[in-house]
Amino acid sequence: MTTIAVVVSISLVIALTLTIGVFGLRVSRTTSDFFVASRRVGPFLNASAIGGEYLSAASFLGVAGLVLVRGVDMLWYPIGWTAGYLLLLVLVAAPLRRSGAYTLPDFAEFRVESQTARQVASWLVCLIGALYLVPQFQGAGLTLSALTGAPTWVGAFLVASVVLINVAGGGMRSITLVQAFQYWLKLCALLVPVIALWLSWRGDGAPTSHVHAVDWVEPLQGPRATYLTYSLILATFLGTMGLPHVVVRFYTNPDGRTARRTTVVVLALLSVFYLLPTAYGVLGRIYASDLVASGRTDSVVLELPHRMLGGASGTLLTALLAGGAFAAFLSTASGLAVSISGVLSQDVLSHRLHPVTAFRIGGVIATAGTLALTLGTQGLPVAHAVELAFAVAASTFCPLLLLGIWWRGLTARGAVAGMLVGGVLSGSAVLAVMVGAQPEGWAGALLAQPALLTVPLAFLLMIGVSVADPAGPPLHVGRAMVRLHLPEALEVDRGTYHPMAGRSADPRSI
Amino acid sequence: MPMPRWRLFRPRDLGSQADRAAFRTLHTASLMTSALRTGLNVRSAERSVRHLANLLGCPAVSLTDTSHPLAWHGRGSEHAAQVGPLAEKCVADGKTSVHDHREFPCAGPTPTPPTAQPGCTLRQAIVAPLTVEDSIVGTLMAFTPHASAALVRATDEAARWVSGQLELAELDAARTTRMEAEVRALRAQISPHFVYNALTTIASFVRTDPDRARQLILEFADFTRYSFQRAGSYTTLEDELRSIERYLVLEQARFGDRLGVVLRIAPEVLGVTIPVLSLQPLVENGVRHGLAGKDGPGSITILAEDNDYEAVITVEDDGVGEDPERVRRALAGDESMDSIGLGNVDERLRSAFGDEYGLVVETAPGAGTKVTVRVPKFAAGVYS
Repeated sequence: MTTIAVVVSISLVIALTLTIGVFGLRVSRTTSDFFVASRRVGPFLNASAIGGEYLSAASFLGVAGLVLVRGVDMLWYPIGWTAGYLLLLVLVAAPLRRSGAYTLPDFAEFRVESQTARQVASWLVCLIGALYLVPQFQGAGLTLSALTGAPTWVGAFLVASVVLINVAGGGMRSITLVQAFQYWLKLCALLVPVIALWLSWRGDGAPTSHVHAVDWVEPLQGPRATYLTYSLILATFLGTMGLPHVVVRFYTNPDGRTARRTTVVVLALLSVFYLLPTAYGVLGRIYASDLVASGRTDSVVLELPHRMLGGASGTLLTALLAGGAFAAFLSTASGLAVSISGVLSQDVLSHRLHPVTAFRIGGVIATAGTLALTLGTQGLPVAHAVELAFAVAASTFCPLLLLGIWWRGLTARGAVAGMLVGGVLSGSAVLAVMVGAQPEGWAGALLAQPALLTVPLAFLLMIGVSVADPAGPPLHVGRAMVRLHLPEALEVDRGTYHPMAGRSADPRSI
Repeated sequence: MPMPRWRLFRPRDLGSQADRAAFRTLHTASLMTSALRTGLNVRSAERSVRHLANLLGCPAVSLTDTSHPLAWHGRGSEHAAQVGPLAEKCVADGKTSVHDHREFPCAGPTPTPPTAQPGCTLRQAIVAPLTVEDSIVGTLMAFTPHASAALVRATDEAARWVSGQLELAELDAARTTRMEAEVRALRAQISPHFVYNALTTIASFVRTDPDRARQLILEFADFTRYSFQRAGSYTTLEDELRSIERYLVLEQARFGDRLGVVLRIAPEVLGVTIPVLSLQPLVENGVRHGLAGKDGPGSITILAEDNDYEAVITVEDDGVGEDPERVRRALAGDESMDSIGLGNVDERLRSAFGDEYGLVVETAPGAGTKVTVRVPKFAAGVYS
């Protein structure tokens, strides 16, 4: 019974995704409402879309699983994933929008005027995107296996195929309305069951067994907990601004001011959402603590309705959760796959290919490569796997963005050195953990949470190499700074430019 | 016969002595091209004079404008201050000439120094004019211990080559100015027919539907303001579309049900930067061709779609179509074609975003016309 309901619910989500992806939202606008056609996307809609793309398997399933096992320390995951937008809001959102950059490689090219920096940034987008995709596929496998007993590769394969069809068919390309809908779908899919579960818990006499264990409620327990926690905080706070699929969403904002407003709304939406996984984690501690021993903690969200309510209502809520979870995998995975394919087709694959062909080839490489990586890795907790992608983003794009926006001394060589070293160090740590390396002692802690070491290192390298760089800051740094920091409404000469002259005159752009 | 093994280890065959000399010369010449193509100025002269000295194999070379030195490479740079008169002489008679050291005496300790200090090897100067479109813009000077006939000839040829590059630079500059002038012309040149037709259409509404007439006049005012006054060469897709909407409102008032319009714009691409008035001419062509030579109603469809890192904009009409060969000529810039500014739009898109972003026109007689414009969401240096 449950299996059928779950399969129906998941099929529905997949069918809906494919239909929208293949046919698009073909809303024609004819003469009567001419001027509606030029209406921009408002902050609320755009923020919902960012939420829809951002909230992944890690948020939907992973956080509850981690809270179930390790208690309060794990609350830093949802806090960090929300607070990242606070830093984005204060330091990055408006200048990034004003720069006119669509992707992070665009920003690198804009700010340090170097094709090498652009190439490095492109490879990093692929790396971060792949690392972020792995847990999505993994989560899909886990969901399907927990609910229907299918082997784990089936779910991963299913999501990968849907994403591939979508990307190859040209769908799911940042249709704001669809992504915005995804946020509300995910929110409802978690909210409705949690209300039912809460009522059931109240009806049960509000038991609190297993909750008062010292190592669960006391923070900073366990070896090297201080280092691990602060490293986690750094990675999540600073990593958000370097996520390729989030950054491209800011382009839809008309100007810097709306970019800020959008970010404020995102903060509110995420704050509401992240209350829910925590509640599932606590309820899981009370009703499903045996999952900890069996190691299947990531499926706690899916198993709770059945354990607490049972019967038809349990089945229906499980189906709702499964549908919501698949919506989460599909939206995030599609966004990531599109970002990677775009970068691959633009900067890596040959320009002799037709752009559409290149985009499709990029999609195939991105999805197939990541799927292979997923099947080759060990079962890392989903939330931790996603957080590792944040660590790489924090060690590479965060210094590029922060120094690029707020320090005029950043040079091309500095940016490349910082991104390369930060990316190689954090990336290899993450890959080592993913394939199952678990050394003892400090080495293990450094591998598990590399950010506290690699982020400052990347910053220092970028600053050091820039200061020592004989070539100095890029030619047009003054103009770039004016563009980044002056509000659009100000009537100021932002510098004239002729593309033909600019391309041949600057030797560093070659 | 199989090749003996030891041959594999020999250096690659680079041709005869003469071949290699030719390669070297061509390579040296290519090193100067990018600098000289920016025109004759201090910066380009400084960057190319070293290669010229290499090419001519003489101890010192200088580039000047018509009366002042621009750059000097090699020994005896104190002579750089004295090249002015030599250049003026060359400009006056317009020929390559050889000058003796008397005309550029070394500075010396005594009030009347000997013409050459013992250490100075620059005994003779060969001065060749640099001409652009039949007027002399500067000179190339080679200083040497002895001006052999071969060196005079070589200097003369080098000067001709530099002149050629400078002419190309002039051409580049002229092309840029022409494009800018064309944009200005496009702005000023709202078709007189359109103005006349719009005004008569509005007049016909003044009595029957005064509110609509007022609305149309405001649309017309805003349309002309955008077309005439917008500063800068780039704008956002949003602003361009807004102006196009005004244009279409006016045309629809005139044609009524005969002109159907479908607009489907993805809001995600409204912020894309495009050259100003790059879509307007396409829409105007579409309306004209969609309705011309047809009795029934015509329609025009404008789509703007999001394609990840680029926006794809298509303007399609279901009119009589066009011979593809004529479109090709219009895109190549043939002035006699009556497609408004198609070649100009194509050229501006290419110069802003690169050659892969030119216009794509699909048409055939009787099959309508579809023009596709792809625009990257980000292009370095292109801002509205």
